Amino acid sequence: MKYIDEFRDGALARNLAASIAAEASPARGYNLMEFCGGHTHAISRYGIGDLLPAPVRMIHGPGCPVCVLPIGRIDLAIGLALEQHAILCTYGDCLRVPASNNLSLLKAKARGGDVRMIYSPADALKIALANPDREVVFFAIGFETTTPPTALVVMEAARLNLAHFSVLCNHVLTPAAITNILESPEVRQLGTLPLDGFIGPAHVSTIIGSQPYEFFAEEYRKPVVIAGFEPLDVMQAILMLVRQINDGRAEVENEFTRAVTREGNLKAQALVSEVFELRRSFEWRGLGQVPYSALRIREGFATFDAERRFRLETRSVADNKACECGAILRGVKHPRDCKVFGTVCTPENPIGSCMVSSEGACAAHYSYGRFKDAAIVAEPAAAASANL
Amino acid sequence: MCLAIPVQVIELLGESTAIVDLDGIRKEISLALVDDVQVGDYVILHVGYALSKLDPAEAARTLALFAALPAGHAAQVS
Repeated sequence: MKYIDEFRDGALARNLAASIAAEASPARGYNLMEFCGGHTHAISRYGIGDLLPAPVRMIHGPGCPVCVLPIGRIDLAIGLALEQHAILCTYGDCLRVPASNNLSLLKAKARGGDVRMIYSPADALKIALANPDREVVFFAIGFETTTPPTALVVMEAARLNLAHFSVLCNHVLTPAAITNILESPEVRQLGTLPLDGFIGPAHVSTIIGSQPYEFFAEEYRKPVVIAGFEPLDVMQAILMLVRQINDGRAEVENEFTRAVTREGNLKAQALVSEVFELRRSFEWRGLGQVPYSALRIREGFATFDAERRFRLETRSVADNKACECGAILRGVKHPRDCKVFGTVCTPENPIGSCMVSSEGACAAHYSYGRFKDAAIVAEPAAAASANL
Repeated sequence: MCLAIPVQVIELLGESTAIVDLDGIRKEISLALVDDVQVGDYVILHVGYALSKLDPAEAARTLALFAALPAGHAAQVS
């Protein structure tokens, strides 16, 4: 398929790997954070880690909306389905995220809640049109990529005067999360999380452009390379970061020029600011309360805001004690450092949110990377043939 | 979650809707977030909405970067 196959070419990947190996100096480290879950998934799926020389280390970031959604917000959605008997529409990724009382939206559905998986926010609107006598709530999550479609749906609901439709908004912002990581004690004081550069988001940047990252290059002296989600895009971005670090540069570079401009999608940005405004603070799983890191629906569209409509209050709920998702989302720990990884916590039975979405660091490592960690034990030839 | 795929627009239906093709699968999508899309253009599709147009010249430029020889390679050959 065009724009996919040519960005997955094995020979070109080996060529890029040779360039990275030739240019990365063994005398220093290159600690690079890929912010996005999409990049985490690509790195695991295509075995990019195995193609990198020892000095280059990839650190998974918090850019997976399902992973950073705190339990308290999913509890609200479950409450709407089970107590308010609303039709609760959401993306498939959200259904299996563990919530309070051993519930998830999928388990709430099994208990009789009317929870519906949708592909597009437009589907939620269709469900509302087909059910005029029911409350229909769209549980909206996602970074800047997913926000403009939600904005369009709110505006369409206003145009159609759909009084029984509302949105429970959990849209979050990439730059605020990057700032939070750069300001974390692990990076600033303790030095336990060395960070030399960032791979910037692909699809988020189609909307916000490359301009918002310039602050990180200027203020924090961290190079940023925006990259597409295909494996060759990721490898090219790693090479560009290695070169910036070698040269002592801290700039924003754009590898994904086929879809990202400096300004981004101005039409989408205008729609988003018409419907949404900044929240003073929002809780992220792993990062805690992050100031000005999320959006809520503006007063002008208040009737479509499920939080106002149902007078919802978010409770902060602690994660499972054994779960290391918080530290993994901050880049401080790896999935293999978690005691329940792959034993109690699996994609079929996730304990933490990073095991739920395919772009979560734990799910990606479980699907593609964990076999490398297992010790290889050679069976004696006689025993092996006896087994045949 | 930010999963999005490049698809080709094969038919325009009105102002902000189009039919796209992905390896033989046809689907109706919204063009409400992008301007000036023509039949034949590739767009990045996310949850039923085109987020941006793909620039073929920039894509070719990026592909050429991947093929650049590793540093020092030419010197070794000569």
